[in-house]
Amino acid sequence: MVTLMEKTATHLDVERIRADFPILKQKIHGHPLAYLDNAATTQKPLSVIERMTDFYMNEYATVRRGVYEMSARATIAYDEVREKVARFINAPSSSEIVFVRGTTEAINLVASGYGRPFVQAGDEVVISAIEHHANIVPWQQLCQEKGAVLKVIPVNDDGELDIEAYQALLTDKTRIVSVNHISNSLGTINPIKAMIDMAHQRGIPVLIDGAQSIQHMPIDVQALDCDFFAFSSHKIYGPTGIGVLYAKRQHLNAMVPYQTGGDMIESVTFEKTTFAKAPNKFEAGTPAIAEVIGLGAALDYINAVGYENIQPYEHHLLTYATQALLQIEGLRIIGNAREKASVISFVFDDIHPHDVGTLLDSRGIAVRAGHHCTQPVMERFHVPATTRASFSFYNTQQEIDALVDGLRMVTQVFR
Amino acid sequence: MADQNELYQQVILEHNKKPRNFSVLEEASHYALGKNPLCGDQFAVYLKLNEDNGTIEEIRFQGSGCAISKASASLMTVNLKGKSEEEARLMKDEFQKMVTGQLDPDTEPHHLGRLSIFQGVKQYPVRVKCASLAWHTLEAALNKEQEAVSTES
Ligand SMILES: Cc1ncc(COP(=O)(O)O)c(C=O)c1O
Repeated sequence: MVTLMEKTATHLDVERIRADFPILKQKIHGHPLAYLDNAATTQKPLSVIERMTDFYMNEYATVRRGVYEMSARATIAYDEVREKVARFINAPSSSEIVFVRGTTEAINLVASGYGRPFVQAGDEVVISAIEHHANIVPWQQLCQEKGAVLKVIPVNDDGELDIEAYQALLTDKTRIVSVNHISNSLGTINPIKAMIDMAHQRGIPVLIDGAQSIQHMPIDVQALDCDFFAFSSHKIYGPTGIGVLYAKRQHLNAMVPYQTGGDMIESVTFEKTTFAKAPNKFEAGTPAIAEVIGLGAALDYINAVGYENIQPYEHHLLTYATQALLQIEGLRIIGNAREKASVISFVFDDIHPHDVGTLLDSRGIAVRAGHHCTQPVMERFHVPATTRASFSFYNTQQEIDALVDGLRMVTQVFR
Repeated sequence: MADQNELYQQVILEHNKKPRNFSVLEEASHYALGKNPLCGDQFAVYLKLNEDNGTIEEIRFQGSGCAISKASASLMTVNLKGKSEEEARLMKDEFQKMVTGQLDPDTEPHHLGRLSIFQGVKQYPVRVKCASLAWHTLEAALNKEQEAVSTES
């Protein structure tokens, strides 16, 4: 096994952390890479890369099907990750963990498997004004199909949801609430515990899109009491192609399968098929086996670093970067919520984000420029796009300094 | 390789700041709307062709986008005034070839004139769409296409 960063009580040794991520040693256009696009996807520690390689080199076989030793062992390793995921988010049971391709598929699974049977004409679905397209379009499609109504929680100028308006949107017609925990374009941390409680007072189930929160803070689905929680492995230092849907058992039992085929059945004849129990009912076909194994290694890595170290350090980066960026003339931060993750979107009134992105890239600084799959957010804040820098615990103050220098250069070029 | 100045030449920066022919043309004979949905860039191109000889009598544009797309549109209008429709189509093809690295304006014959300053774009594959948006829109206008053209189709 690879050495993981040892747990330190209060302090995070960034240089040691960085040594765990081979890709960060790169130079881009002759400059050290400053990877500041962690809200889009995170880099992988060596422990994840080596675990997956090792699995392919020595342990790979299909799961849940073979009678032979290799398959039995692969199945055990695979199932262990399901247990690990359950412990990681404090789910009551691993049978409430469904492996999916990512957050997008998790939300589609709920919109289809839960939405179709339980949302009817005239019913309402509540989302927010600051959702990723992945948490808009599946509900919009469902509402169109059913003649249901999509209701949107408004957002204030700082990027915070209007909770009073939310309360007013909850009615006897509301069938489900689906909101993100952290906005990927604004960084806002939404008060989801209160929002879940408010919905539950009316017996309305809540889906939390945790795509952005899982990399920043510990998640306890029992404490939150959310009905569904979705996240993607690639945003928590694991491989692409795998993600998780947590759902309360009663919902999983009531939901209809989203895809059908092998592995999700109990018995099949040409007259009738009996479905397997959850979670298998929702996992048709050969799964992303090595990716599941890789996700397990990623969760081990996060546990070893410790959220108690990650959170204060990332918060420090956020504060440091916010203050530094505000010194740059003409720069305006979009999203000034009181509770924010280490994600900063900004604009210059007369410099397009794509030009900012290209010029920063010439200095090895990787940021995102665009609408971040949140076009309604761009519209709400009257900007065509933003530049977004998002920080992980492997980022450094020097990288933020490089970003600030780079932005000064950009303003020079466009003077 | 990625010297930023290859892309952000002074002329380009200047046209971004002060785009030429940047207004609506009420009496346009041809018009099209072009969009780059991934970036949100959006430009309308207006043309007035001479009724007798078909040359471009007037050409203007309107819209918003990054410096590359805006400067490209501005320089396009400047360079197309007085050209025939055939010449305009030929320049569109040559421009597209140049920004995708299939035509080297330093060694091969072309009709692009100073538009060759956009050759640096070939080093930036993700920015090719920005540079060529105005030209795709021009072509759509000449073809009298009703639907907005998109760089994603
Ligand atoms: C808030 C949010 N929801 C959903 C998604 C979709 O995640 P994925 O593309 O991994 O399915 C993302 C990722 O971009 C996101 O940031």
